[in-house]
Amino acid sequence: MTATADSILQDVPLQVRLTPEQRRQRILGGVYFALAAFVLVFFALDPDSASDATFNLSMGGDRFSLSWTFEPRLIAIIVAVSLAVIGVLQLTVGFGRWMNFVLGFAMLMFVLAFLGWASAGQAFSLVGMLSSMVVLSIPITCGGLTGLMCERVAVINIGIEGQLLSAAFVGTIVGSSLGSWVGLIGAMGIGALLGATLAVLVIKYHVDQIIAGVVINIFALGLTSFLATRVLGPNPQFNAPDRFTTISIPLLEDIPVIGDMFFEGNIFLYGSLLLVVGIHYALFYTRWGLRSRSVGEHPKAADTVGINVYRVRYRNVTLAGLIAGFGGAALTLGSTGRFEENMTAGVGYIGLASMIAGRWRPFGVLGAALVFGFARAMQQKLGILGTPIPSEFLAMAPYILTIVVVAGLVGRARAPAADGQPYIKD
Amino acid sequence: MTDDQPNDVAVDNDDDGSEPSSSGPPSSDHGSVTDSKLYRDITGVGGRMRSALLVPALAVFTALIIGGLIIAVTDVDTLRLWGSDPGEAFSQTISTVFGSYQALFQGSFGSINAISETLFAATPLIFAGLAVAVGFQAGLFNIGAEGQIVIGGMSALYIGFTFDLPGIILIPLCLLGAMLGGGFWAGISGMLKARTGAHEVITTIMLNFIALFLTQWLLKTTVFQQPGRSDPISKPVNEGAQMPQLFGSDYRVTIGFLIALLAAVGVNALMYRSTIGFEYRTVGANPDAAKYGGMNVIWLTVAVMATSGALAGLAGANQIMSLPPYQGSTAFSGGIGFDAIALALLGRSKPFGVVWAGILFGALTAGGREMQGVERIPIDLVEVIQALIIVFIAAPALVRAIYRIKTEDAGTGQISTGWSA
Repeated sequence: MTATADSILQDVPLQVRLTPEQRRQRILGGVYFALAAFVLVFFALDPDSASDATFNLSMGGDRFSLSWTFEPRLIAIIVAVSLAVIGVLQLTVGFGRWMNFVLGFAMLMFVLAFLGWASAGQAFSLVGMLSSMVVLSIPITCGGLTGLMCERVAVINIGIEGQLLSAAFVGTIVGSSLGSWVGLIGAMGIGALLGATLAVLVIKYHVDQIIAGVVINIFALGLTSFLATRVLGPNPQFNAPDRFTTISIPLLEDIPVIGDMFFEGNIFLYGSLLLVVGIHYALFYTRWGLRSRSVGEHPKAADTVGINVYRVRYRNVTLAGLIAGFGGAALTLGSTGRFEENMTAGVGYIGLASMIAGRWRPFGVLGAALVFGFARAMQQKLGILGTPIPSEFLAMAPYILTIVVVAGLVGRARAPAADGQPYIKD
Repeated sequence: MTDDQPNDVAVDNDDDGSEPSSSGPPSSDHGSVTDSKLYRDITGVGGRMRSALLVPALAVFTALIIGGLIIAVTDVDTLRLWGSDPGEAFSQTISTVFGSYQALFQGSFGSINAISETLFAATPLIFAGLAVAVGFQAGLFNIGAEGQIVIGGMSALYIGFTFDLPGIILIPLCLLGAMLGGGFWAGISGMLKARTGAHEVITTIMLNFIALFLTQWLLKTTVFQQPGRSDPISKPVNEGAQMPQLFGSDYRVTIGFLIALLAAVGVNALMYRSTIGFEYRTVGANPDAAKYGGMNVIWLTVAVMATSGALAGLAGANQIMSLPPYQGSTAFSGGIGFDAIALALLGRSKPFGVVWAGILFGALTAGGREMQGVERIPIDLVEVIQALIIVFIAAPALVRAIYRIKTEDAGTGQISTGWSA
């Protein structure tokens, strides 16, 4: 007995005494060094990096024409040195509360070095990629906000994927026959209907929340694929809605880069940005928000002070469905104008990951969704540049990023306390 | 409080086996129902046949009825007819629905070939269903069987075309490779869950996509790609790795089906006759009790996921080794990983329940193909029916409400507990 106890005591200080925060700092320090070495070896020492790269910072119709020409090798060396310095600082002094900010900055620099290397000897439309990042992030933002609305009242919604897919489908088929605006309303309606279904299953019937969400996903995938083959296939006129046109905001659209990203888009872009602001305000500055959060953190206490826990949950999960419907419509009415089987391809789950990465806060969701949008946009645009990296690996990037995010490299976040637990009144 | 926790596992022996139909209104005995279910889950015994089969049977029945309604309302041509000639429209609708279900039955049990097709389709489903079931029993939601199938299949494929050995050696070797591949892939999620708390639902889904793209890339490398092809199609496996047909070359069902039955027996022994299985189930029923009882919850989480992934890997191996032309393509998993979730729930996460559910779903798949051929009903309807089956299995209160019956069935209960559990 004593022998084992002794050996345990000897082992403990070496291995376990690091706090999670300290361990994270060390891992991050290592990550910075690895990135620095990577940039140096693959980007700076690559002979191709000697030829100039051009980033175009304006699009065709812009008032100002901007571009930036530079030598990728120089940028890569600067980035590698900066990353190494950050790594040293991380391991010695640490960055305290700025740690995540520094991480984000380091990632940006790495991406810059990477893009410079990839576009060596060519011109690359940086602003084109950034604006497609914003467009691609719209459904992710909506998915994340849906998850946030549900989880703030302690209902886990895995079914966002199915809600988005159904809404994309209904938006197309209704939009083709009755006009895009009706299509949008229909899409939001089906989102809310599926949200209400989820609410009934988990609140009234106490179905496991994850199972209920998965059911919605399988059901939506099966039914939309079935209907796409049976109805849309022979009747292609039902799969050709008018798309929402781009609305440019006067003056603001002339701001270089930012104008192209955020002030030249369709209603889905502006709608999702308004939703982020609106939900942030509603959640943290209104009575509704306070009640919702209390139901998510401590339903029993909320019940005791007279809040109808069930009603709040039904209402929020259904309202959240409207947002998912809006995001789903963005996939068809707002971009391709065509429904295809399983066209969401995991966007709903990525939305959930952006909710976790965004720490259950609307602006956090937006930020994380933009990062995921960036990963997707990069995959699309790098194909044009013809990098030696197989396109399949670029396609994996958003999914790997999601795992990294939920695994907490970006720091642990705390979910609403009652998240995922059914409330059974005594 | 902590003193009580180990006891939670073993209390309420008396509840089990009480008269299923004589219990009061469902809501009032909710607690005891859950306890007896907990007891059943831990011990693996108990629960009467009638109550065990009633809800699943009604669930399947109801799902088929709703499926018929969906067929009826999506028939665009007949819908137009309702305006002009309701009588004709009605008879057309009836004949479409009945024709569809007749084809479904013909294609699944109507002939020896149909039965062979049913068992052939059931084989990978049983493997994958067992994979998800093991996860459920241990409280883990392995939604990523699809990715593990792909990785397992690719492992079997690589071994199958690299080595030229007689079947008696090569088939087990391929299966072992598939188990290792699938187990590794699921083990990543287990490790992430154990070490960082990352929820397995998200990580396994993401690993599905990663596996998919990895396969697309691998199939275009010179190692895998069939010489002379530019699309992602692999070389076929050597003859030794092709599973022999069970009933001669006229019928497609292979010895893979027997291996699936063996796997079910194996899982049953593992889960109910071994210490590891007891630990798996305890960690699923009550992680606190498991920890208090001295079990290594971190190791168990990884082990459960790896076991689950190994079984899913077998499904992938079967897809490569049983299905002519014995090649890998980008779509060889065929959505089996998602059907497996419904399957495991229908089979109540019990190994032999999964076998029966697998045969049922195999019948739906085989019959669905016939339905698609004869009545041109898209086979995706089968997915819809499966989703409906899970709804009714997971919420037996719905079935009770529809049919006004009393059962002690408590549904699937709570498997998950938020993001950080």
